[in-house]
Amino acid sequence: MSGATIRLSGVSKHFYSAGRKIEALDDVGFTIQPGRVAGLIGPDGAGKTTLMRLIAGLLLPDEGQIRVLGIDALAQPLEVQSRVGYMPQRFGLYEDLSVQENLDLYADLQGVSVAERPARFQELMQMTGLGSFTHRLTGQLSGGMKQKLGLACTLVSSPRLMLLDEPTVGVDPLSRRELWQIVYRQVQEAGMTVLLSTAYLDEAERCDEVILMHQGRVLGQGEPADFSHSVAGRIFQVSSTGLSHRHLQEQLSRAPGVLDALIEGEAVRLVMEKSSAKPKPDTLLPGQEGIHITAAKPRFEDAFIARLKTNRPMDKTALSLQRTATTGAGEEVIRVENLQRRFGDFIAVKGISFSVRRGEIFGLLGANGAGKSTTFRMLCGLLPASSGELAVAGHDLRQAAASARGRIGYMAQKFSLYTNLSVMQNLHFFSSAYGLRGREQKARLEWALTTFELEPFRNANAGDLPLGYKQRLSFAAALMHEPEILFLDEPTSGVDPLARREFWTRTNALAEAGVTVLVTTHFMEEANYCDRLVIMAEGEVLTEGTPLAMKANAHTMENPDPTMEDAFIQLIEQRQRRQGEPT
Amino acid sequence: MRKLARMRLLGMIRKESLQILRDPSSISIAFVLPMVLLFLFGYGVSLDARLIPVGIVIEQPDTTTQSLAGAFERSEFFQPSYFDNIQTAQQMLNERHIDGILWMRNNFSSNLLAGGEAPIGLIINGVDSNQANITQGYIQGTWLAWLSRYAESRGQPLPIPVSLEQRVWFNAALSSRLFLVPGLIAIIMTMIGSLLTALVVAREWERGTMEALMVTPLRIGEMLAGKLIPYFVLGMAGMLFSVAMAVWQFDVPLRGSFWLLVVSSALFMLVALAIGLLISIISKNQFVAGQLAIIVTFLPAFILSGFLFDINSMPEWVQLITHLVPARYFVAILQTLFLAGDVWPVVLSNMGALLIMLLFFFALVWRKSHKHLE
Amino acid sequence: MVFRHIIALAIKEFLALLRDKRSRMVIIGPPIAQLLIFGFAATYDLNNVPVAIYDEDRGTAARELVSRIEGSPNFQVITTISHDSEVAPLIDNKKVLLVLHIGQHFSGDLMQGRTAPLQAILDGRNSNTAMIAMNYLRSILLDYNRSWLESQGRSGPLVTLQTRAWYNENLQSRWFIVPGIIGLLTLVVTMLVTALSVAREREAGTFDQLLVTPLRPVEILIGKAIPGIVIGLLEASLIIVLMVLFFDIPLRGSLGALYLGIMLFLLSAVGIGLMISAIAITQQQAVLGAFLFLVPAVILSGFSTPIANMPQVIQWLTYLNPLRYFLVIVRGVTLEGDGYALLTNQYWPMAIIGVVSLLLAGWLFRNRMY
Repeated sequence: MSGATIRLSGVSKHFYSAGRKIEALDDVGFTIQPGRVAGLIGPDGAGKTTLMRLIAGLLLPDEGQIRVLGIDALAQPLEVQSRVGYMPQRFGLYEDLSVQENLDLYADLQGVSVAERPARFQELMQMTGLGSFTHRLTGQLSGGMKQKLGLACTLVSSPRLMLLDEPTVGVDPLSRRELWQIVYRQVQEAGMTVLLSTAYLDEAERCDEVILMHQGRVLGQGEPADFSHSVAGRIFQVSSTGLSHRHLQEQLSRAPGVLDALIEGEAVRLVMEKSSAKPKPDTLLPGQEGIHITAAKPRFEDAFIARLKTNRPMDKTALSLQRTATTGAGEEVIRVENLQRRFGDFIAVKGISFSVRRGEIFGLLGANGAGKSTTFRMLCGLLPASSGELAVAGHDLRQAAASARGRIGYMAQKFSLYTNLSVMQNLHFFSSAYGLRGREQKARLEWALTTFELEPFRNANAGDLPLGYKQRLSFAAALMHEPEILFLDEPTSGVDPLARREFWTRTNALAEAGVTVLVTTHFMEEANYCDRLVIMAEGEVLTEGTPLAMKANAHTMENPDPTMEDAFIQLIEQRQRRQGEPT
Repeated sequence: MRKLARMRLLGMIRKESLQILRDPSSISIAFVLPMVLLFLFGYGVSLDARLIPVGIVIEQPDTTTQSLAGAFERSEFFQPSYFDNIQTAQQMLNERHIDGILWMRNNFSSNLLAGGEAPIGLIINGVDSNQANITQGYIQGTWLAWLSRYAESRGQPLPIPVSLEQRVWFNAALSSRLFLVPGLIAIIMTMIGSLLTALVVAREWERGTMEALMVTPLRIGEMLAGKLIPYFVLGMAGMLFSVAMAVWQFDVPLRGSFWLLVVSSALFMLVALAIGLLISIISKNQFVAGQLAIIVTFLPAFILSGFLFDINSMPEWVQLITHLVPARYFVAILQTLFLAGDVWPVVLSNMGALLIMLLFFFALVWRKSHKHLE
Repeated sequence: MVFRHIIALAIKEFLALLRDKRSRMVIIGPPIAQLLIFGFAATYDLNNVPVAIYDEDRGTAARELVSRIEGSPNFQVITTISHDSEVAPLIDNKKVLLVLHIGQHFSGDLMQGRTAPLQAILDGRNSNTAMIAMNYLRSILLDYNRSWLESQGRSGPLVTLQTRAWYNENLQSRWFIVPGIIGLLTLVVTMLVTALSVAREREAGTFDQLLVTPLRPVEILIGKAIPGIVIGLLEASLIIVLMVLFFDIPLRGSLGALYLGIMLFLLSAVGIGLMISAIAITQQQAVLGAFLFLVPAVILSGFSTPIANMPQVIQWLTYLNPLRYFLVIVRGVTLEGDGYALLTNQYWPMAIIGVVSLLLAGWLFRNRMY
């Protein structure tokens, strides 16, 4: 096999949106050799999807050359398309067709002969574990199953190149692990080449090579380890006996020479600015006792942050919440007892109980479909509970007077502000809905625009904002009325690591100010930000406790330093084993 | 190569058919709405007046006035009520209890006997001018019949210089159902062909499945054919269903040949599908596609096709617009085939027009569809 | 109920509707286009009905009759024929709607005082057109008979029918149709604005966001109803102005009575629209629901065909249709010159429909989540 599988040179592409020219790709060039798993990594709006579509022949570049499997993708897109498998962001499945029917369709379209189908289908079903669901409608599959079916449909004709656009978005860790196993099997057994895009940085380390993109340009290409090496000697772990990890992180992020401070378990991970020697406790946090600094092994994420964060000014403004918790820290503000919710035969939430104290960040972790959002919606009064008790600040919000809802703030899972209203109009509307007016309202609007750096976008339509800014706007809207209790449903889903850091900085500050925060997430590493959390699966609470305790439980001989993800997967596997046993 | 192409096409057709069968909104556009329309138009809507409420004012009752009133009483078209003064009757007309007033003044009989002029006043509510015309016609007919009987009974037959003998071809009883129901077939096929197709293809864009289809080796021709064939079959099924309903449920005669009906319907169906595809390619989103389809296809099929309103009587510029409405040609074919028979010049010229539209719209669809996302 | 909440909601609804170019177009463009096309195209009046004359007599009396037909604006003689065999192709091919056959002995019969038959052969494919053409012909003939008798020195029938049409003196069907369009278009626009409003928010997830604010369902309901009512009111007013200016329709009754009717009509339309919206989960369902309501509502309203002609069961059904009442009001005020008193029986059913549907919609807001 001679020559590269993908060879791009000088590729540029622009779009027009609302009369403005947007450079999606600017002079992009790289090659990918056969048999490699290449990851296209970058924040939102980096041009990953555009690049994928260009390679698949779905778009034509303004300039430049694209050769795929030795074929000119511009001149012969059909030739390319009959040799590659492409999975678009939403998997490209027909939700009203069954699993088998989707497979049949793609087998027909890819020209898989009838004779080889049964064997191929069986192989794919076995690989994806969908064998017992072939007659189920795709719309009724979980996110992880859809993703695997999408992959199976792409693989149906054994393509020589696979293009996967954000295949792991919104999928739980277990499913993600399985996806990677499938991908590597294809590479090893069938000699396939894979190009995939992702916003999960931990996945970058699973790739053979990584292409780092930002704002339509390629920042670098190489093995993940190469990237990590570039920040070697700048990564440290700081722990403190005197300070809570949130305080520590907050103070460290403002310390001199620190580029990034990230909570990691009970410690804080630091990325230092270039050319700085090992920092001393005195220079970082003068006057603080009990600070321990150890060097840490660099990861891809550190390199990513180091590369990109220099481009953004550090956000130093904390959340200037006027209100602080005056009384009763530690008092119980949310209580859930034996809460149950049925939809027909299906029990989405099976009698869960937990309670949240004032000023806590409380996490609900779990895969998609675990019942997190349903629980949330019941707590917010959007959905009546089938049975059980719940109280938010002493009320069941479904029955309580409307004014009781003024004490909570809610940020929904997907962006749910008015897309065709401007940023200012959205904020104005929500502040009015919460009863703000006059000078107070004006002050809060100014606060929102400055704190969340939305000023430049004040007249832009909310729907046109970049994803990270949409998330800021939702957050701002939920905070306009300074709520005592904040419900955040998957606030960081699909948001790039930089924006996620900002988000958590703000949430921490809120909790410090006495706001109770209830948050759901499927990013396991984010569990470290929580004071306490529950892990849910199939409507049940698997475990409750502090992140430290959970990780301690997952401690084994082979894995002395488990991550939250390891702990989660272990819990799920234990559960599956329990269910497998005869009762 | 041919074998692969057939496999791809069949795959598309199978997928599309399954989706139609599973989607409640396709089912309701394709089956429920046509049923509702057929029953509404077959039973609910009628332009034929029945039992018109009229007020008869008799200021001075006697045998003559009674005999005239009797003529109205016996007629199957009227539901008379009686008044002794015009004011009350006018009040009733004002309040919309009666549609017309027949007014015999107090000197009516004496004038009549004296051989002088004896005018009868007729006041009708003209708001619904069409109904008013019909009402007026019925009253006039009843009155004339009475008059000639009255004159005859007095030994002086009424001179009628010219009498009208009307022969209405194709629909002797002038039943409006006979033209409304066949015309509906054009509306129903427009709905399935344009509205449903536009929505369904737009949905593929919205859900991102179009992107997945495009990166397969599927050719444009196969993609279009795969979309067209199932909806073509669905539309033709709708047509056959409506024809069956028309003939067996609503007793509309089918005087022309069935096969000619099928062929011309197929032609119209293809035009409607081409327009539906074009709309979905342009709009790429269901909301806009739905709006466009209703404004560009559904409403014109209702109003500008000659289905309800006579095209010849529209202003010149509106008549020009109707030439752009495919349903116009199909309605003419339908009404002819059902009521008149195989009138080749009518059928062929209208089919010719449909053929030209078909070629035009398919050329446009072909030009507009390519395997790129932009 | 907090007034400020409602105002904030209404402003937000307006912005959401009017900032988007597409929905702006949908609200403004199509109604105007439809008014023009409906106004000009939707008429039952016939003019220039194509006629063929088959005159076997060719006497003066026959020529006199033909010239009367030619003189009528309703008819247009496009050909004369001289053989029986020519009749069928003309009618079959839709060349003419009407063939007038004047027999050989027409003049002779007339001169001798016998009744002379005149044969009219009509294309009945569109029976309504045929019937109207026949009515035109009949009144021409009535005139002809009277003047013939007078010219012969004989008096016509002693009893004459003196017809007057009230309200629509010249019996123009445009006077009937165009005021109806106010109701039709206002209903369509209001339904589009309201039926999608909740469904769109549900799909976008913003409805949840709205429900967790301290806004009460009743405030949300009113906030959502206001744009529909205001836009409907503007739309109706625009059509009324265009109707008076372009189509010369009189406005004889009390404008106040008309606007009271419009308000109540909008209330009921908005109520039904919001109800559909609250039931629908997706926008597609809402569009379809609106469509499934609109089509029967228009057909069973008396807009183009009289309700009295419908079977009894269907007539009962029309009592649920707000358009039915509004059409009476709008025609009553424009043509008949009605005031409040005469329209009372149209006002209260709409008020009931409006209140009931709004209450239901409000209840559904909170209780239909999945």
